[in-house]
Formats: sequence, structure tokens, C-alpha cells
Amino acid sequence: MTVFLTIVVLALIGISLWQMSKILKLSQVKSDNSQVANDKDNNLQGKLMLAFVIFMYLLTIYCFVQYHSFFLPESASAHGVDYDRLMIISMVLIFVVQFITQGLLHFFAYTYRGKKENKALFFADNDKLEFIWTIIPVIVLAGLIIYGLFTWTDIMNIDEEEGDPLIVELYAYQFDWRARYAGQDNVLGKANVRFIEGVNTLGVDVSDSYGMDDKITNELHLPVNRKVIFKMRSQDVLHSAYMPFFRAQMNVVPGMITEFSYTPTMTSEEMKNSDFMVEKVATINKIRKKKSKKLVAAGDEALETYEFEYYLLCNKICGASHYNMQMKIVVESEEEYNTWLKTQQTFKDQLSAQASN
Amino acid sequence: MSAIATVDGHEEDHGHHHKETFITKYIFSQDHKMISKQYLVTGLIMGIIGIAMSILFRLQLAWPDHKFTIFEVLLGKFGTDGVMDPSMYLALVTIHGTIMVFFVLTAGLSGTFSNLLIPLQIGARDMASGFLNMISYWLFFLSSVIMVLSLFAEAGPASAGWTIYPPLSALPQAIGGSGTGMTLWLVSMAIFIASSLLGSLNYVVTVINLRTKGMSMTRMPLTIWAFFVTAIIGIVSFPVLLSAALLLIMDRGFGTSFYLSDIYIAGEVLHNQGGSPVLFEHLFWFLGHPEVYIVLLPALGITSEIIATNSRKPIFGYRAMVASILAIAFLSTIVWGHHMFISGMNPFLGSVFTFTTLLIAIPSAVKSFNYITTLWKGNLQLNPAMLFSIGLVSTFITGGLTGIILGDSTLDINVHDTYFVVAHFHLVMGISALYGLFAGVYHWFPKMYGKMMNKNLGYIHFWVTAVGAYGVFFPMHFIGMAGLPRRYYTNSYFPYFDDLSDTNVLITVFALITAAAQLVFLYNFIVSIFYGKKAVQNPWSSNTMEWTTPVEHIHGNWPGAIPHVYRWPYDYSKTNEDGEYVIAGQDYVSQITPLQDGEEEMHH
Repeated sequence: MTVFLTIVVLALIGISLWQMSKILKLSQVKSDNSQVANDKDNNLQGKLMLAFVIFMYLLTIYCFVQYHSFFLPESASAHGVDYDRLMIISMVLIFVVQFITQGLLHFFAYTYRGKKENKALFFADNDKLEFIWTIIPVIVLAGLIIYGLFTWTDIMNIDEEEGDPLIVELYAYQFDWRARYAGQDNVLGKANVRFIEGVNTLGVDVSDSYGMDDKITNELHLPVNRKVIFKMRSQDVLHSAYMPFFRAQMNVVPGMITEFSYTPTMTSEEMKNSDFMVEKVATINKIRKKKSKKLVAAGDEALETYEFEYYLLCNKICGASHYNMQMKIVVESEEEYNTWLKTQQTFKDQLSAQASN
Repeated sequence: MSAIATVDGHEEDHGHHHKETFITKYIFSQDHKMISKQYLVTGLIMGIIGIAMSILFRLQLAWPDHKFTIFEVLLGKFGTDGVMDPSMYLALVTIHGTIMVFFVLTAGLSGTFSNLLIPLQIGARDMASGFLNMISYWLFFLSSVIMVLSLFAEAGPASAGWTIYPPLSALPQAIGGSGTGMTLWLVSMAIFIASSLLGSLNYVVTVINLRTKGMSMTRMPLTIWAFFVTAIIGIVSFPVLLSAALLLIMDRGFGTSFYLSDIYIAGEVLHNQGGSPVLFEHLFWFLGHPEVYIVLLPALGITSEIIATNSRKPIFGYRAMVASILAIAFLSTIVWGHHMFISGMNPFLGSVFTFTTLLIAIPSAVKSFNYITTLWKGNLQLNPAMLFSIGLVSTFITGGLTGIILGDSTLDINVHDTYFVVAHFHLVMGISALYGLFAGVYHWFPKMYGKMMNKNLGYIHFWVTAVGAYGVFFPMHFIGMAGLPRRYYTNSYFPYFDDLSDTNVLITVFALITAAAQLVFLYNFIVSIFYGKKAVQNPWSSNTMEWTTPVEHIHGNWPGAIPHVYRWPYDYSKTNEDGEYVIAGQDYVSQITPLQDGEEEMHH
């Protein structure tokens, strides 16, 4: 019904605009029917140009005020701090340039709106000016490029030898995720989809002894402040492991193993209790409560109260249920992590459980 | 020398006109002016389909729980009870992208205006090969028909995204649309590529060989430069898409493994081994990125021309503009990897592509500054075409700036494939190129149809569109920064995104308003063709050669000999030393006007 109303309203707006234009047309002096802009048009349109840039500025301010809570909270990973710094620098730069250039563009459109008696300036070239606005972007961009490349190399330089990284496989399939922990030896057993059979849903090679102590889970638990290296494997189509709170993303490609690495620095608890998240979750629950009221009135179940957890989501179109391919991530202390890991079955146990069945 | 000879040859034979039947005049026409109109109308019809699709999925995104009767009416079994099927959502997104990028903004924009303007602005009787030109249009028409037919495939149209990444696009087991729908998509695109190549080759040959006497390369209007360079990048990159598509067809139909390896799906292991989806990504984006500029450069060319004419000023920095077009074209072919920073490609390659990508910002910045300077101290005639051109510069800047974030491999990590990307490319190539298309239609409508479009409807069209387009895409950056992935059927499965739903409603409302404004344009377009005010020969007091032809179309464009060119196209408001216009009382000097006594030619 609301849609119907919306469409009707839009149609009415359309009709009224059309009628307005008719009136405009009728009110015009008959002699000027050339459909070429005259001084009156130039005057009005020039002023509208000025109004438009003001609209743009207001839109920008509105979006920042209204939507600042949309921005992701401070990064929960070590490299994310650099990421955020680079992002802020780029953003500030962008908005300065945006503010100035849009201002000039529309202001000129307003100031120099045409009048019959005016004469335009024949100004075809100025090497100095052009040099200046070539060299400024060159310098600024060179800075950005160099800064960006250093950060990129740091993030992408994945060294298994350095420190004591945790090795975890992220396994993607339509439409869910699994994590495989490398176990005691911290070496993942070989795997290939051709080995998939029965409980061995990830295709771990049963003849590879390294795989026996691997643990396959459907939640991702990470100890805080320890580097983790993800080895990613897909069973069917392209997926992408997107962990926005850790500023981490990597495609998961069938036929190859892709890698990403980061060090989580904030436990789930810390994130939940951060000012940002408390406020955010409160807002979300307010919205959910409102929705629930409607749902209950319509005889449906109410929505659950939301509690924040880190999540991993699929960010590469992968099929009909792409929109709901997620996995919970828990970052916790080393002890908590170890306790949790102990409760998980090893691959070997899984196999023998199947055999005894 | 040969160019001049050809022109002379034409001059002799222009007299004997063939008898034209309805079919040779309106359907299988070889006249570039008619072909350009055919491109435009086909492109607009495809545009209506593409925009209608976006409205459907915007409704779904704004009100995911709502049942819409229109879904049931339009989508049939994919909209049972007014609930959109998730795979249909993906199909709509896919076909919307395909249609808008290729059918509207490549063929509809470049096809229309290259065909119309290249012969008219360089002083040629027609394209180098009218026959190939006709074939090019009809292949485009055929591919459009096939693309539209694919919407009726039993298991749904192609739904792997407009980038059709395999394995999703290769395996019908993975998504229904990858069956017949995808086959038709590939067939349609293969024909489209053939059409595009024939067209581009024709444009290049025409520009090189058929310029009238005096029309040196540096006296060509920037429109022609843009079309010329666009055609070259088309020729360089479209064949690569064809090979990508061919290999995909083989993987789908003949059991090869170019893109497929180690796949377990629907309970069985596929035999494919050794292929890589990353190879497809490379091949696709080798076209895909230049494609962005194939879409955008013609729009920038059109804008350069319109801004100069309506500012009554020469375009600022003509040579820098040409150099920027060339630089953008060159760089556009070596930046494709910025779509693949996190594809599993070697990170070192990522560094190289970041470098080349950010380099593109330099010629783009030069172009923007030159546009702004062209407005400075002008005498702006704010016709609808001029408004759309200024609008284009505005969206080009806004969209281009966020490219600095996405082009940086580091920053791309967290915004890749989010709504931030959607906002960025819609502004910088979608909206900008559409503005270029509209600007071109408003400006050259008198040349195409001999009638004027209603300016007041044009103003309404522009302002509603301008506000609406920013209303749609500006807030979209923010939901992207929140980490909201694109191509999600609904966001209600992540409670974290619940607070974004109001913004999604806002975006959809703006989208509805903007789409409604396009109806004003359509109305104006159709009514003006039949009832518009009859155009004068040179309504915008423009310098370029197309305005020296009669309003009534004739085969061969100029009734007598082809005029010669004596100056560059931007002698607007040029004055003698005494401050008087070069031609007294007239602030423009047509390219075909010889230099006046004591007048100095600009160094161009």
C-alpha cells in the first residue's frame, strides 16, 4: 500500500512539474520561443547553481553529523592503526579538494552567468597555471602513493618464521565458513576437495600425519595480541573473507590458497564495552524493539536483542544466499582461547567417531 | 594527400542521390545521421530497462520485508507473493550493470555521438564505410535483443554480477542463472563486441582519412579527439574480453579448465584441474577498466565542446586537454589490477597497480581544473546542455576523489566490494557519463531532429536529477564505510547493519524521484521530435562544422562542396587589438571562416 501511495505521490509530483512547466511556458513572452537560454534563464539557473553547491555542502555536513556513527570503530588489529591513519589523511585531503573545486565550479557558474551586454574573456592558455595544477597533484599523490605502498608492503608481507604466528585455515563454501586450526604442530595437513568424504567435509588428506591433530570449527576464536596467518581455501566458487573490524579482507579462490595475516589487539569483551559499541548497540536495539512491536502486532516473533560479536562475512558474490554467509569471530585471552580449543575435536577423533558408527 | 583526394572525389559525386525506399532510409540505412539516431533510440530503450531494474532492487533493499505486487507482476515466479527471489535480486543487479555499462553508456553514448559528430565535425560526407557502420548498428541491435531475451530464461538470467567471475558464472549448479541465462549473456556480449569493433575501426579510419582540407589534428574539436581515442582503446581492449568470454564458453560447454580447478559442488567433485579464476579477472579487467574510460571519455569530449560553446570562451588549455585524453587512454590500459588488489594476486603487482592508478588522477585533475578555468570570466549561456556539462564536472570530481581511496591498495582492503565502491563508480562513470549523454542530446537534438527541445522541461530534468543523483550516491559512501557489502539481497541478517536501514530507505526514495525525472526527459524527447519548435541552423552560435550544414538532413551532409577549415574550433569572443570582436557584432567565428585582415591565428 505504501508503495502504491509512493508511486501515486511521485506521479502527482511529475504531473505538477509538468503543469508548472506549462505555466512557465505560457507565461513567457511569445516572441522568445527559441528554446535557447536568455538572460532571464541565465540569471535563474546561475542562482540555482549557487544554491546547488550550498545544498552539496549541507548534504556533506548532514551526512557527517547524521552518519558518523556508521564509521567503523577503532581498529581491532595492529596494522589497522596505520590503515586508519592513512584513511583519515586521504579523507581530509579529499574533502579539502572537494570543498574548493565544487565551490569554484558552481561559484563561477553563478558569477559569470550570461548577460547580453557581457563579453567573455578570450583566455585560451596559460602555461604557468597549467604547470602549477599539474605539479600539485603530482607531489600530493607521490606522497600518498609512497605512504600507501609502505603500509601495503607491511600488511602483505606474511612471514611464517617471524614470531610465533597461529596458523588457521579459513574454508569457504556455499554458504558457510569453517575454520581449521593447525593443532599442536601448528602445521596444517594437506587438503584437496577430492578427499571430501563423509565427515571429512574439508577434504583433509587422511594420509598426511600433520592433518590428524587439526581441529575444524564453525567459530573463529583468536587469542589477543598473537599474530594469526589465515590460509584460505574455497570449495566451490569465489568468496571473500571480509573482517571489517580488523581491516582485513582477502578473496577465497578455488584452486589456490590465499593468505592474509593480522594481529588482533582488542578482545571481543573490550570491543563490546567500548563507548562506541555500547552506544551503537543501544541504537540498534532501539530500532529492533520498534520493529519487534510491529512484528508482534502482526503475529510474528519478536527480534532478539542484539549483542555485538565480531564477524566474518562473505564479500564476493557467490550465489543466492551470499547475503547470509557469516561466521562469528571471538577474540579472547590466551587462556580462554586454549580452554576453548581443548573442547574442540581433532580431525583424528572425528574420523574414528565416524568409523565406530 | 590521400585524405584530400578522397574528399575531392566525394565532392564530385555528391550530386547523384540514390533513390531511397523506406527500408534503406529508416531501417537498413547507411547514413551516419540515421544510424546515430538508431543508436540513440535503442540505447534509450535499454536505459529504460536498466533503470527500471535498479528501481526494483532498490525497493527490495529499502523494504526487504515488504511484499510488492509489482515484483509478482514483473518477475513472475521469481516474485511469488510479492517476495523477490534472492537469485533474482542478483540477476537484476547483474543485468542492470551489463545494460547500463555496455548497452547504454558504450553503445548508446559513444555509438550515437561518434556516428553523428565524427563526419559532421571533421567535414566528411559520411563514415569511411557506411556499410560496416550499418552492420555495426544491427549487430548491436541483435545483441540487445538477445540480452533482453535472456531475461526470460527458465532458470533466470545471468546472475553472477556484471563481472561474471567464474566459477559462479561457469557452473549452473552454483546458481540457476549460470545456465541458459549465462549462455545468452555470453552470446549477446560476443555479438556486442563485434559490433563495437566494427564501429571503432570505422571511427578511427574516418578521423584519420576523411578530414576536410585545413582540418589538421590540432584543429579538431575535443569531441572528435575523445571519440577517436575512445575508439582506439576499444580496439585494444574489447578483443581481450572476447577471448575471456570464449575461454569461459569452453569451460562451460567443452569441459576445459581455463578458470576452474579443485571444485566440489552439489555433492560431487568436478574433473577440472589447473585453471584459475584469477586469470579470468585479469582478462576481464583488461577490458573492464579501459571500458570505464570508453564510457567516460566521450562524455568528457562532449562536455568540453558544450562548455566552451556556452561559456562563449575557448576551452582552456586545448593542448593540455588533448594530452590528458591521451594520457588517460594510455594509463587506462595499465591499471586494471586495482580491481584485484585482494584477489589473491601477488601483492607486488598490487603496488605497481596502485602506482599507475594514482597517476591517472593527474590528467583527470588537469581536466577538471581546465573546465573550471573555462567557466572563469565567461559569459555563460546556461542551456540545459550546459547545466548537464557542469553537473558532469561536479560528479566527475566527487566520484574521482573517492577513487584516490579505492586506488590505494591499502585502503582498498576494507572498502573493497562495499557500497563505497558502488557510490564511487556510479558517480564517476555512471552519473557522469549519463550527464554527458543528456548534455549531448540537449545540445545536438536540433542537429539530429531539426527541432528544439523544450528548455524548461530540460531545466526541471536537470535539477531533479542533480539533487536526486547526489541524494542517492552521497549517503551511499557512508554505508560503505560502515562495511556494508554490495550485492546483498537484504542486510537484515546482520543486526549490526540495522541502523543503516533508514539510509537505505532515503536512497531508494531519491532513486524513485530521480527515475521519475527521467520521464520528463523522455516526454520532452518524444514530443519535441514531433512538435518541437523548428530549429535554426546554428542555435547555439557554435563554431564547429556541423552547424554549417542545412537543418534538413541530406545525404552527404553539405549541399555543395565541403567547406574548408581555417582555424581551430574555439574562437569564441576573440577580439582584435581594439577590443572589437573579430567579426563585428558576433562573438564566435566558425571554423570555416578564413582569417580576417590583421587577425593572428592561435598556435594550434
